[in-house]
Amino acid sequence: MTASNAPSQSVYPVTRDEGDVREVILAVIVDNEPGVLSRVVGLISARGYNIESLTVAETDVEKHTSRITVVTRGTPGKIEQIKAQLGRLVPVRRVIDVTSEKDALERELALIKVVNEGEHRLEAMRLADIFRARALDTTHTSFVFEITGTREKIHAFIDLMKPLGLSEVSRTGVLSIRRGAERD
Amino acid sequence: MTAPEAKQETKTAAIAKPGAELLLDALEEQGVEVIFGYPGGAVLPIYDALHGRDSIRHILVRHEQGALHAAEGYARSTGKVGVALVTSGPGATNAVTGLADALLDSIPVVCITGQVARALIGTDAFQECDTTGITRSCTKHNYLAESAHSLSSTVHEAFHIARNGRPGPVLIDIPKDIQFQKAHYTSRANARNRNCIVTPDINQSLIDQAVDLMRYARRPVFYTGGGVINAGPGASETLRKLAAATGFPVTSTLMGLGAFPASDPKWLGMLGMHGSYEANNAMHDCDLMIAIGARFDDRITGRLDAFSPNSRKIHVDIDPSSINKNVPVDIALVGDAGAIMQAMLNEWRRREQDEVHDKERISGWLDQIDGWRARKSFQYANSKTAIKPQYAIERLYALTRGKDVYISTEVGQHQMWAAQHFHFDEPNRWMTSGGLGTMGYGLPAALGVQAAHPDALVIDIAGDASVQMTMQEMSAAVQHNLPIKIFILNNAYLGMVRQWQELLHGGRYSHSYSDSLPDFVKLAEAYGGHGIRATTPDELDAKIQEMISVNKPVLFDCVVTQEENVFPMIPSGAAHNEMLFGEFTEGSVSEQGKILV
Repeated sequence: MTASNAPSQSVYPVTRDEGDVREVILAVIVDNEPGVLSRVVGLISARGYNIESLTVAETDVEKHTSRITVVTRGTPGKIEQIKAQLGRLVPVRRVIDVTSEKDALERELALIKVVNEGEHRLEAMRLADIFRARALDTTHTSFVFEITGTREKIHAFIDLMKPLGLSEVSRTGVLSIRRGAERD
Repeated sequence: MTAPEAKQETKTAAIAKPGAELLLDALEEQGVEVIFGYPGGAVLPIYDALHGRDSIRHILVRHEQGALHAAEGYARSTGKVGVALVTSGPGATNAVTGLADALLDSIPVVCITGQVARALIGTDAFQECDTTGITRSCTKHNYLAESAHSLSSTVHEAFHIARNGRPGPVLIDIPKDIQFQKAHYTSRANARNRNCIVTPDINQSLIDQAVDLMRYARRPVFYTGGGVINAGPGASETLRKLAAATGFPVTSTLMGLGAFPASDPKWLGMLGMHGSYEANNAMHDCDLMIAIGARFDDRITGRLDAFSPNSRKIHVDIDPSSINKNVPVDIALVGDAGAIMQAMLNEWRRREQDEVHDKERISGWLDQIDGWRARKSFQYANSKTAIKPQYAIERLYALTRGKDVYISTEVGQHQMWAAQHFHFDEPNRWMTSGGLGTMGYGLPAALGVQAAHPDALVIDIAGDASVQMTMQEMSAAVQHNLPIKIFILNNAYLGMVRQWQELLHGGRYSHSYSDSLPDFVKLAEAYGGHGIRATTPDELDAKIQEMISVNKPVLFDCVVTQEENVFPMIPSGAAHNEMLFGEFTEGSVSEQGKILV
């Protein structure tokens, strides 16, 4: 008699831990007050959810609101829970599931340090050009590239730099906003 | 709550006052009558301000945990916000258990903590701790006060948050320099209002769908919880009307007892792990479950994938995060339980004019329930020589009929027996720690209840182990003339732990026997209270009468049989229709169930 081997006789759709795990980008609009980031992060960790990336800054100086962009993963039921739990926090104004909008834009910025010499320098320069990465700093033995794009693009660039002397990576985490005239 | 007093506003708005006075002005405007607290270095200015005020009564507890539980007891028995006042550092950390308890049971409490002066924060100063950090996950919201200027506004917002939406504990940490800093008072009407608790409007089309299901159901059941109590006495009244109109049977969680009268024939008794046979079978076999202000807690559902497998489910809850959290539902109605039940009732009555509900639809179901009821699942084998704990509760119930009774409990076997054998016909009469399961809750909670209802009979049904966790509050009861009655079912065991060890761990009673118990009668006398001991069924009634008639705090040492177990029982990891009634063996609980605790 264990819970797992008895098939459910349920007449309603069972969503608990069923369905594909998907990645979501949540934009959380919060009052910019002390401790608010800790509340959001603490809630996510206390309930056992994972944060894949997190970006935060004040976005409306007059209203003192910040936009926290959280990337997390889960089954549809779990994601609904995360959204509902975040919505309960007093300083949270809105929780927007950006990935539920087909027309959302996603961008990330990365700074990438590559240490190399000779042929590798030329190859790094050439690839940076293809990816439209800018060299922010250069010495005879190193570059720091700035690259913006989707996470896939940044992953691809980092992978390409690995054999060319990739030394250090700094990333902002994902930012996102909806296309068109509407605002969230 | 009481309306703001206009003259108070004009009087206080004119002059700048220290933060400590502003705090008390704000508490007064919020209608606070009693504060449960304990002074210390970081709240001395507040205590100084309290010294000159007769408008607010202060009850000195003996440990900060007691202050929070007393505030909870006050809140649960009155529907008002309970207030606790404690100092920084250890004062705040001692309060944490009470805050977590109030959070899990959705009890409106405002806790004021002192903090070291702002210049000292972060320097590991004496009695400094990161109070807002520590309490962030065990409060609904918390504040570190920024200035005396914003303090009164913050207090008003804290009360707003504590009592509205799903109620809960709110903490305000006030650095000592702010308590001295002078500023002007902000009245409740002018306080910051950032619309942080939003209750959605009632969705009539969902109400229609819900009532559709209710009209056609053949095996319906109302499953109600603490949310109905929190929605106020009006909600309990509406529930009664709704049950009367529909004829549907009603069961309730531990938290919701009293919302529906136990004397009503539609009452099924409590459900869940130690609930009645009829309630749990009705939950399992129903075709329509109407959950109102209940959150499908694991003590209720048992094995989730076998929980009420063939029912449609309607869930009424004020907290959107409760919806689909543990059990997926068909219709979710987010909002105040009272308002939604009223909308359901209106719709039901409207349809009743078109076509009268065919009571035949549910008559077979009610017959089936009567069959289960005949099982008398709470019965026990009584004894002529020793007091059975269930018998003690039954006698306590019988002898307190017609009196203005409030019951609190600790946590364990006695709590379950109280829930099974003490019956409630009104809301706000039953104070128990449901979610967090805090041993030591009942005695200080009774203190808070008695402070709110000085003439009522307030009884803490306790266990010998639980009661020792906050026993020191006897001293507070004596000091403040709060004649609470502590009715201890003394089996010299940590009873529920022992029961689980018998059930799950081969009868190896590892550290669950409380040797060297104090002599509770002498202990009562040592505190200046009144001690009573009953050891045989013959003397029980007279001793209970004595307890009721004594007008001071009583410790009643009711010596009961030691190895009694709470039945019926749904073991963890089992379904509602797999109840145990007595003769259980170790193999009856799955390996997975053991992990579930």
